[in-house]
Amino acid sequence: MANLFVIFISGFFLAAIVGLLASWLDRKISARLQFRVGPPWYQPLIDIIKLLGKETLLPQGATRWIFLGAPLIGLAGAIVTSLLLLAVGQSSGFIGDLIVVLYFLSLPSLAMIIGGSASRNPLSALGSSREMKLILAYELPFILATFALVAKAGTLVLGDLVAWQAANSWFILKLSGVISFVVSLLVIQAKAGLAPFDIAEAEQEIAAGPLLEYSGPPLAVFKLTKAMLLFVLPFFLVTLYLGGADNWWPLKYLFVLTLMVLIKNTNPRLRSDQALRFFWGPVTLLAIIGFLLAVLGC
Amino acid sequence: MLKQIHNWSLKRSLWVYHAGASACNNCDIEILDLLTPRHDVERFGIMLVGSPRHADVMLVSGIANRQIAPRLIRLYEQLPKPHVVVAIGTCACSAHMFRDSYNYNQPIDKIIPVDVYLPGCPPKPEAMIDAILKAREKFK
Repeated sequence: MANLFVIFISGFFLAAIVGLLASWLDRKISARLQFRVGPPWYQPLIDIIKLLGKETLLPQGATRWIFLGAPLIGLAGAIVTSLLLLAVGQSSGFIGDLIVVLYFLSLPSLAMIIGGSASRNPLSALGSSREMKLILAYELPFILATFALVAKAGTLVLGDLVAWQAANSWFILKLSGVISFVVSLLVIQAKAGLAPFDIAEAEQEIAAGPLLEYSGPPLAVFKLTKAMLLFVLPFFLVTLYLGGADNWWPLKYLFVLTLMVLIKNTNPRLRSDQALRFFWGPVTLLAIIGFLLAVLGC
Repeated sequence: MLKQIHNWSLKRSLWVYHAGASACNNCDIEILDLLTPRHDVERFGIMLVGSPRHADVMLVSGIANRQIAPRLIRLYEQLPKPHVVVAIGTCACSAHMFRDSYNYNQPIDKIIPVDVYLPGCPPKPEAMIDAILKAREKFK
């Protein structure tokens, strides 16, 4: 039990530190692309510390426990996913189920929806409904893309998927792997709430969407969850497509993260109907093609 | 000790909320100018946020006429403590040429507490950076 606790704490800290550094990298690369200097490397950490020390305001008429509990649900989802993925990287015999990870990965988005709906603000409710539409849009292609590897390796256990890639080749080196990787990259862009799929939080349209009424520590928890997602989601892709966490995992992780930041900086925000059409049209089609190719053995 | 760490972090991560209290748009445009890549206020950790509940600094521009004054009080009450308020422009400091206007109410610092006054019509973005960096000295 004590061992489990140590794993839990160390996994949380690793994911939090890497995630905060990743969100600094995101801001720094964005700044450099706009020909400015950008924030210092400890900026995301400072933001979190500052928010932890500020006052928590409850909006009048908000559902108190749901409003304050929602950020914790999201953080729990991010922590558990990072633990599962890290455990797969650590020990070979670990049974990490892919479907469990897929479920836990949708927890942060669900927390945003719950928190936004509980805060009794029309703009928050609008943001929540946008997030809901986004989930409806991206879950189908995401599951199809991840199951391409399952069809190829014939197992749902994460450790075995990594072992299969070690025995054969990285999944991204196959044609079906490339297609599924592109689909997954677009989906995790939406899951992390980065442009062009930041429609739920759209600062310029609906202030901050579901986060509008949050202040102080609950907002800090939401920001931390966002930062940890920047670790968890690319790491999930590394596990599935780039041969898992071997000694080179920082490089692979940075590769996926840089791709995400570049997509973020070169695309304007979509409307929710455009995002829905994009995910259900071309992206789902690509995912189906990738899945069929994987079944056929390409 | 904890308070010192928190103040240290507050000084380096100022999130700015802009409350336009019926300004003529001149100061508002300059505030937008402040947030462009040219001035790069993210160096100091300054970021524009869309909700007063996220903010540490509230920039007020305009004369706060009778209609806007109760709303300004409401915005002020939504700022989580600790926070500072900066009055941007001569209008916000002393009502400028709208002093004799029919809908002029009372000075902004009679409506809400103001920490830093920045006169100018409009003030330059460089002056605003200076004002915000002076305002953060309140956190100690």
